[in-house]
Amino acid sequence: MIRALCSLGFFAALILIWEAASRAGWWSPVLVPSPLAIGEYLIIAIKDGSLFSAGCVTMKRLMFGYLIGLSAGIPLGLLTARFRFASDTLGVLALGLQTLPSVCWVPLALLWFGQTEMAMLFIVTMGTLWAVLLATDHGIRQIPPIYRRAASTMGSSGLHLLWHVLLPASLPHLVSGMKQGWAFAWRSLMAAEIYVTVLTGFGLGHLLHYGRELQAMDQVAGIMLVILIVGFAADKLLFSPWETFLRRRWGLA
Amino acid sequence: MTLQKELDHSSTAKLSIHNVSKLFRSTRQTVSALEDINLHVEDGEFVCLLGASGCGKSTLLNLIAGLEKPTEGTMLTDGTPIDGPGRQRMVMFQEHALFPWLDVMENVLFGLNLKPGLTNDDRRELAMFYLKLVGLEKFVQSNIHELSGGMKQRVALARALAPNPQVLLMDEPFAALDAMTREQLYADLQNIQQKRRKTVIFVTHNVREAVCLGDRVILFTPRPGRIHSEYRVDLPRPRDINDEAVAQLARTITADLKKHTPSA
Ligand SMILES: Nc1ncnc2c1ncn2[C@@H]1O[C@H](COP(=O)(O)OP(=O)(O)OP(=O)(O)O)[C@@H](O)[C@H]1O
Ligand SMILES: [Mg+2]
Repeated sequence: MIRALCSLGFFAALILIWEAASRAGWWSPVLVPSPLAIGEYLIIAIKDGSLFSAGCVTMKRLMFGYLIGLSAGIPLGLLTARFRFASDTLGVLALGLQTLPSVCWVPLALLWFGQTEMAMLFIVTMGTLWAVLLATDHGIRQIPPIYRRAASTMGSSGLHLLWHVLLPASLPHLVSGMKQGWAFAWRSLMAAEIYVTVLTGFGLGHLLHYGRELQAMDQVAGIMLVILIVGFAADKLLFSPWETFLRRRWGLA
Repeated sequence: MTLQKELDHSSTAKLSIHNVSKLFRSTRQTVSALEDINLHVEDGEFVCLLGASGCGKSTLLNLIAGLEKPTEGTMLTDGTPIDGPGRQRMVMFQEHALFPWLDVMENVLFGLNLKPGLTNDDRRELAMFYLKLVGLEKFVQSNIHELSGGMKQRVALARALAPNPQVLLMDEPFAALDAMTREQLYADLQNIQQKRRKTVIFVTHNVREAVCLGDRVILFTPRPGRIHSEYRVDLPRPRDINDEAVAQLARTITADLKKHTPSA
């Protein structure tokens, strides 16, 4: 409670100082908009629905791309952890591609898919897939062999072993891999939206881009704020429950 | 009434091991972990395997558990060959090997859930029964990391007993505990063995522990691991590790052990 108040106080003070500095004319409102101007823009954008619809477009791309990345990354990671051949081929590929910032896929994605949703989906998926694959692979490999032995004496094998032992035993790695995949996906989608106009949907990144074109710094800053809040909220909603579980049940810090 | 049957009958089995050898081959070298082991264990007998580090005690336990295959020889439980791990032979490992993603109850339920012919209510009741047996009924909902070392081994014991195996294999289960906790567990284990008789193979390198717990103590010599000699322990139960009779037999065995172990 006290910590929450502390954070709240800090941000309130920050905004107040910022507003005061803007009014005192320390910097030009063209370069740094005042909090009030940003607030006004956000209210207008919410009222005319542009913020909401852009947010929806972005979240949809992110969710689909992320889910595809997860549902491919986890099974592929299991495969590379289990079979040496998969590890020597796919595993090495994943290691290489993971070092590639997923924004680098933008030119190729445009060439292959044009300015379409597919291109966006592809970029998000590339951001997620390799991180999740490698985390799964690593998570499975570090499971102490004794868990598998104990489970097999109790009659667990095959899918039961996978579902009730291998996956939960690698949960700490899985969660951090999923988190990393999410961060990559979110960053690369923003970059892609800012640089590429997609005709089928207008996302948050596009709003940011047009704000710049129109020299509307209140819009740029406002959207930045929204992006920040979405990222923060996603982290809290998607991953905090898992991390709380890991802390409570496993005693992990 | 399968639940009642489960509760009333503790199953046991004879164990016979004929001419078993185990080689570990790697590209560098071949280690002969066990050589020509012959061992017969009666229904409900408590046998302690005693020997210095590296003489193949864990290897033998793993073979009986079915986690590994012998290079030579046959192993039978009640006349059936051992072929892979099975619910009839449960293992209690040196490190508790409890699953940290499950709570105490769920850990005990893990093996029970895989056992057919029971309803989920039966399973919970059985799990509760065994948790009471090891004295942990108050910690049913606890997380594993919140338990002390001794409590973890109690949960591991409950988990191993819960599917009602015929054979219980224990690999130095108390080695990591302090003396006080261990003594309590010796008493509890003997008490449990009275109520839920099992065929038990108990590995240790603590001579007194072996004498205190075992109906029979089997001495191993290392490299290659062989059975050197065996001692029948005909002392009345329950035994205390500090009993003079226990100490005396332990001294005899230790002297024997020293004679036949090349200075390590
Ligand atoms: N998987 C393996 N691969 C190769 N060698 C092994 C393997 N497991 C055991 N050994 C070898 O077999 C021998 C017996 O090992 P084992 O673990 O059975 O000894 P132990 O009697 O249980 O010793 P401790 O009391 O220290 O637990 C050792 O020399 C060990 O190096
Ligand atoms: Mg051992």
